Amino acid sequence: MKALTVSKAVTALVLAGLVLLPLYSQLSGNIFILTLFTRIVILALAAASLNLIMGYGGMMSFGHAAYLGIGGYAVGILAQEGVGSGFIQFPVALAASALYALVIGALSLRTRGVYFIMITLAFAQMAYYVASGLARYGGDDGLTVYKRSDFSGLINLSGRVQFYYLCLACLLGVIFLIWRIVNSRFGLVVQGLRSNEQRMQAIGFPAKRYQLVCFVISGTMCGLAGALLANNTDFVSPAVMYWTRSGDLMVMVILGGMGTLFGPVMGAVVYLLLEEFLSQITEYWALIMGPLLLLIVLFGRGGIMGLLGRAGRG
Amino acid sequence: MAEPLLRVEKLVRRFGGITATDHVSLDVSAGELHAIIGPNGAGKTTLISQLTGHLSPHAGSVSLGGRDITYLPAYRRCALGLARSFQITSLLLDFTAADNVALAAQAHAGTSFRFFANARKERSLRDAAHAALDRVGLSHRADVVVSRLSHGERRELELAVALASKPKILLLDEPMAGLGVTESQRMVKLLQDLRKEVSIVLVEHDMPAVFALADRISVLVYGRVIASGDPAAIRGNDEVKRAYLGDQHVVTRHG
Repeated sequence: MKALTVSKAVTALVLAGLVLLPLYSQLSGNIFILTLFTRIVILALAAASLNLIMGYGGMMSFGHAAYLGIGGYAVGILAQEGVGSGFIQFPVALAASALYALVIGALSLRTRGVYFIMITLAFAQMAYYVASGLARYGGDDGLTVYKRSDFSGLINLSGRVQFYYLCLACLLGVIFLIWRIVNSRFGLVVQGLRSNEQRMQAIGFPAKRYQLVCFVISGTMCGLAGALLANNTDFVSPAVMYWTRSGDLMVMVILGGMGTLFGPVMGAVVYLLLEEFLSQITEYWALIMGPLLLLIVLFGRGGIMGLLGRAGRG
Repeated sequence: MAEPLLRVEKLVRRFGGITATDHVSLDVSAGELHAIIGPNGAGKTTLISQLTGHLSPHAGSVSLGGRDITYLPAYRRCALGLARSFQITSLLLDFTAADNVALAAQAHAGTSFRFFANARKERSLRDAAHAALDRVGLSHRADVVVSRLSHGERRELELAVALASKPKILLLDEPMAGLGVTESQRMVKLLQDLRKEVSIVLVEHDMPAVFALADRISVLVYGRVIASGDPAAIRGNDEVKRAYLGDQHVVTRHG
């Protein structure tokens, strides 16, 4: 029981910090920290969505950044074509991500293990090159979003604090959904398939259709992160889909703790803060970051959440 | 005579040059316990896998209750009332015993595309799970994670999982494998109870258990059924003695 309280306490602390952050930013006049944390919250959302298929579903997708791009380009392209309403942009971003996930998932889920990793990676790279080829929308250079999504007075995305809270609400909403899903009938089936697919088939579950639906849910959630990210940076480019970005998301999930609700949030916070901090010290920050991550993964099985669990047990 | 519950006709399965299942035919009628015995490598598990749909035959047919199921995938056969246990225990190791059984019950109780309600709080599924666990004497271990169960308990859990799908016919692939003497005796007693409720195809190496339980026995050697009949007939069959029982007795005496 004590183990539970330690990881819960830390989680609560981090969440409280996230909620109170704008207050700190206002009081200290540190605007930069709000910008940084808006990005962290958005990428935590993307990592949480990846965790649904990777941590709970056992599907190692190495192409999750594609949805960041799809969600982002949906916003950017619609804005460029004169459709500024968020009520249109966001549903289109989600629908496009869902559609992409459906097609990619249906093809990728024919394979298992390393092949699944490679094929999801390959599709994401295809999406990357397609985006690079969109000459009308900036091609390689990317596309500037001159006006953030317009929610007609309901919420103003250009207000830093408002936008931050919107992102945080989306993150918490998605985590709530994931919590419901993993404890539902559907969620148990998906986790059962991760554990032992042959057994699940033998008791009467067709594996692929459950995994595909899970894949689509996850992709749609990540598409939301993409739409938010484009609004945050006022810019979308093929770079957000690049495979290293998919790798970043995987690292966040593994670092935080696969198959735990708040692990991806922890992972995103620690990973991005480290990146920020180290890159201020040295140009070669990756040289420090790499070994550091290795150590955490090697000695902290189960990531940060695993470490906290063990710390509680003593 | 009534249509047999399970009918296997001229089933053939090859692996490269080896014919692992060589024109096997057998019938299992409702309420029967049909044992399949044979030396190691006789093709027993290959045969079972074709009955459950984990392996496709190259020729021949399998039908369940008059319906051709030869090429149906495993999950569809399960829905039609065919459940199996695995020779090498195959369970969801990171789930509790109750979760393992409840999932089997869930597979046969409406759609699993429900995303919001907590499945562990569904009374009917939990009750079904506990009933099945009770049946095999594991209810006191319901909330233990499977990876912490003993081998014997896992064998019993395999059975509970199979029972939870309310099958018409149970395919048991060496349920006594690796069990100690007392555990084996408990398993035999359990099967004696179960056979009153459900038809069973039993693949087993434990000869005393087989002869105590079976209504009929089919002997498989090199993929072929060399004899089929009641226990007394099999015991008296010279070909069987030569091909199988003699060797096996030598092995068991040394082992």
